[in-house]
Amino acid sequence: MFSYCSDPETLSGLTWLSCYLTTGKHTSLYLSFGTVLLLLAITAPIALVFGFGGASAARSRFVPLSWLGKAYIGIVRGVPDIAFFLFFVIALDQAFEYLRHTIKCPDWDQPIRQGNDFVVCAAAKLPLGDAPQWVHETYGFFLAVLTFSIIFGAFAANVLYGAMQAVPRAQVETAEAYGMTHRQAFWRIMVPQMWVYALPGLSNLWMVLIKATPLLFLLGVEDIVYWARELGGTKTPKFTDYPHGDWRMWYFGALLVFYLLFTKVSEVVLGRIMRRLTHGQATMGGEAQRKAAA
Amino acid sequence: MKYLLIAAAALAAGAAQAQTVRMGTEGAYPPYNYIDDSGQVAGFERELGDELCKRAELTCEWVTNDWDSIIPNLVSGNYDTIIAGMSITDERDEVIDFTQNYTQPDPSAFLAKAGADVDLTGGVIAAQTGTIQASYVAQSGATLLEFATPEETIGAVRNGEADAVLADRAYLEPIAAEDADLDFVGDDVLIGGGVGMGLRESDTELKEKFNAAIQSMKDDGTLNELITKWEIGATF
Repeated sequence: MFSYCSDPETLSGLTWLSCYLTTGKHTSLYLSFGTVLLLLAITAPIALVFGFGGASAARSRFVPLSWLGKAYIGIVRGVPDIAFFLFFVIALDQAFEYLRHTIKCPDWDQPIRQGNDFVVCAAAKLPLGDAPQWVHETYGFFLAVLTFSIIFGAFAANVLYGAMQAVPRAQVETAEAYGMTHRQAFWRIMVPQMWVYALPGLSNLWMVLIKATPLLFLLGVEDIVYWARELGGTKTPKFTDYPHGDWRMWYFGALLVFYLLFTKVSEVVLGRIMRRLTHGQATMGGEAQRKAAA
Repeated sequence: MKYLLIAAAALAAGAAQAQTVRMGTEGAYPPYNYIDDSGQVAGFERELGDELCKRAELTCEWVTNDWDSIIPNLVSGNYDTIIAGMSITDERDEVIDFTQNYTQPDPSAFLAKAGADVDLTGGVIAAQTGTIQASYVAQSGATLLEFATPEETIGAVRNGEADAVLADRAYLEPIAAEDADLDFVGDDVLIGGGVGMGLRESDTELKEKFNAAIQSMKDDGTLNELITKWEIGATF
């Protein structure tokens, strides 16, 4: 990075540190913060959509759909995350490739399962075998987004399901008395009012999601915890220009600060959303707001 | 439409010609493989792999993957080889195929606190999960303490959680040389059938290419040079 960094052994103190902290490896650490933030930014809304779909399905009066919704919530919530990341993602990837295989290589005569191996024709590979590394990384990233969304969607579905039940029955009854159809009452009365009951549960999920990103390395996506462990580990002089002892404490300390700051910001933002949602609601919080304004 | 077809045909032809082989490694096991200061995969296997690819006329790309999921991701086709200091064992051979070994069966060694009196068959021994050393400890009667990364096994000895760590001698040597508090104890043990590249069982063609390349490196002595350079252990 800097011109004086060419011979790190002669350096000491701050100059050494400035060189150490700007190695290519450290740049990867800094970039991985972006990866994690991007993952959260994309996963959260998709998981919410999954959750909303799951909850609406579970409440459906059409029985098979309701079973489907309840099965999704029940099964996914019950499977450990790490099992999901080890096996489900690989199965998902294989499902995509199998689909492409049947479309692109109809005259393939070999079996797809050969013992333990999963073999599809080269054109069906996702991403293609000769694609550059960044394509593979992006693909892995989106698989991760999808998996996180499915897992956290199931939890969100349960939260939203509870929230929908918590909307006072009188509200829906009044809507029906006004002649609204079931659908209208759902979209105009229930959905706007349920968020205030859902938010505490959803905010919990958000906090858990923030800290779940180390699972990414199971997919080969390098997140901040991976790099902190890699950089903090003991480095012997033979393999690096910047030997040091076990510095994991310092790296994990830095991560701790990052996580605390991030959760603090989240709490502030969620607090504001809660205040807005409470406005005009028939809850204790809404009542308190009304009294304060009067 | 016509142009589209031509373009698609050209793309398909291009895909058939250029064979990119993705090399999966752990990147946390110096001197075999580690991540260097610039964030790239480096080490004995990096140099070996690049040379093998050159000889087999393949384009190679390096990827890192967690040790725990390194075999599932190979059989699922996310990369094409495992080149991660993986010893050839019968259990692994049932799931994947190996090339011929490119290191001798590596002596594994016990590393403990200097001056400590360690009971190697009854004490607490640390090893990395899913390694030949871990199964060796489990069978030896000692209490096995497993960790996900090699680094943590050393940490466990340093903080007294484990009495000793069992790992490849080549991995432990630079650590013992650097740290006066740590010393080898007991005799070395020979486990496994040497380190080889792992491939899918259906990938026989690729396996033959790498086998031939390894053989040619064994024959002209370049493999021995690499082994000596990285202090991996016994030469061929």
